[in-house]
Amino acid sequence: MSGAFLDQIFLRAKEWLLSPLAGAPDWLIQIVSSLINISGVLGVFLTLFAAISVLERKILGRMQNRYGPNRVGPFGLFQPVADGIKMLIKEDVVPARADKVVHFLAPILVAATAILALGVIPYGRNMTPFTIDGGILFFFAVGSTTELAVFMAGWGSNNKFSMLGAMRAIAQMVSYELPLILTTLPVVMIVGALSPDAIVAAQGGYSFGVLPHWFVTTPWGAAAFILFFISGLVESNRTPFDVPEGESEIVAGHMTEYSGFKYATFFMAEYFGMFAISGLAVTLFLGGWHSPIAALNFIPSYFWFFLKLSALLFVYIWVRGTLPRTRVDQIMNFAWKFMLPMAFTLIVAAAVWHYQGRGLAGWLWSLAVIAIVYFALSRLLDTRKKFAPRTYRFAE
Amino acid sequence: MNSVAFLVIAIITLSGALAAAALPKLIHAALSLVIVFVGVAAYFFLLGAEFVGLVQVFVYIGAVAVLIVFTILLTRRELTGDRGINWGGAIVALAVFGGLLWTILKTKSLAIRAPQIEPLTVKRIGEVLMTNYVWPLQCVGLVLTAALIGALILVMEEKREER
Amino acid sequence: MTPTLQLFLIVSAALFSIGLLAALSRRHAIFILIGIELMLAAANLNFVAFWRFGPQPQPPTGVLVAIFSIAIAAAEAAVGLALVIAIYRHYRTTNVDKLDSLKG
Repeated sequence: MSGAFLDQIFLRAKEWLLSPLAGAPDWLIQIVSSLINISGVLGVFLTLFAAISVLERKILGRMQNRYGPNRVGPFGLFQPVADGIKMLIKEDVVPARADKVVHFLAPILVAATAILALGVIPYGRNMTPFTIDGGILFFFAVGSTTELAVFMAGWGSNNKFSMLGAMRAIAQMVSYELPLILTTLPVVMIVGALSPDAIVAAQGGYSFGVLPHWFVTTPWGAAAFILFFISGLVESNRTPFDVPEGESEIVAGHMTEYSGFKYATFFMAEYFGMFAISGLAVTLFLGGWHSPIAALNFIPSYFWFFLKLSALLFVYIWVRGTLPRTRVDQIMNFAWKFMLPMAFTLIVAAAVWHYQGRGLAGWLWSLAVIAIVYFALSRLLDTRKKFAPRTYRFAE
Repeated sequence: MNSVAFLVIAIITLSGALAAAALPKLIHAALSLVIVFVGVAAYFFLLGAEFVGLVQVFVYIGAVAVLIVFTILLTRRELTGDRGINWGGAIVALAVFGGLLWTILKTKSLAIRAPQIEPLTVKRIGEVLMTNYVWPLQCVGLVLTAALIGALILVMEEKREER
Repeated sequence: MTPTLQLFLIVSAALFSIGLLAALSRRHAIFILIGIELMLAAANLNFVAFWRFGPQPQPPTGVLVAIFSIAIAAAEAAVGLALVIAIYRHYRTTNVDKLDSLKG
């Protein structure tokens, strides 16, 4: 059992599955191969979804000093099974005044886009389910379709809470799509390719055998990673930015009128979107499937990818357990006044890094560019109002 | 490029287009328009121009379709008040289609099959875009900026009057 | 059996005519915009089809024109829809037949 064999074990398994088709026509082999890829991705991520749905509640419970689910199975680990059965046997309610077709199609579209986006991420060495030259563009093209699905859910339900939630969701998704895409631009620029495989390949190699050449180790890369992560939080409607489904204000946003399995589909799509954004963040900034130090290269590549992915997912849960919900206007101001100028700055900073020879000088220069703009912006945007001392009219 | 894919996409695209043109409810028409965009993007993929297909999905579905549904939301008062089809328009459209069809079928040099090409990479598009087509690119950037500002001003001015 | 250029042109001609139908026969301003978008999509399809079936190798001119045209179409949609909203705020209607006064 050599390390290289373990690394490619899934590819070997696929070859073995395809071997009975040796004489078949080309298109048949292609279709079967795609089907194997699809079932692989779906299997892995459905398992991850089941695991994260219980782990999230466990971790949140730990952070809030309570137990979390612990009744079903050992340590409550069979909770997803119980949840799934509950969702499946619930009544599927469709409002009488709903736009039936649109109401029905919305959860399908939401799930389909989330799953499609997972298809272009390289999970390990030679392990990209769907290799395409413009992979990053594909990811964003598919991701932008989610907005339409959310709108369909809100409109089709014919309910004011649904519509309000959908409007909020679309507004913040459109606003944060800009920083999301602009922060990937420096990476695409430096690598000179839109394909995720090329981006991961460009992050291989180590300085002194311990310092990986991931983009997050450069100043512009680190800043872009933070901006990308925040935009990802918004795009997947996670907690500090969960106004679209803030349950104390508008019930459950665009999902209000969905029940049973359709609701479960929305829930799944949300988590799949989270996986996809985190997977792309790992690919773009955290070196994809490369190991952190050269000495650990014998461990299979997909292990590193999923380790990084889990770390990011933990941060998602951590943030959810820590931060309160922001207001709508705060979210919008933050997007247009801070995120967007910073994202543009990062493009300049990456160019500076590149033309200073990608060494220490470039590192310092690009840090300087980012720092100047950051402090200028924070000075400009300082809107802390000086409140007059409060007067009490009746309480004195 | 195979015929089955061509036929399937043609049926989906054209029925989507008919639905977009003829459905009484505006929101259904807008969503059928999305089907047409997906169908055209699929044609681009079939023709080997993957990049254009992706741009098509990205711009049309991510931006234009969302803009259209937002506008429908903001002008919600009369969603169905548009039942009757103006038959004059239908006759003109049919005449145009007949003329185009006749021309296409008459021209013998169009009955050709696709030659072999090497796949069009994103890199190649980028190189051409940055060498031969720099000026059109700059102009498009200018037009987009002007459109952005223009749209903003158009929507904002009326608001001030309302107050 | 692969489709010929003629078939692509016929599909795009049909798409164009349907767009024309929508633009000419509907009275709602947004329907007219939808019709224009359909016609633009048909034109883009033609550009890419002519590039693909043209003599090879050649620079990807058709593809680039399609990309530019998509960008212009986005600008057109933004301005057009802004106009629709502005008109709606002023006249409380989007029926283009009722917008017949020259003096606002």
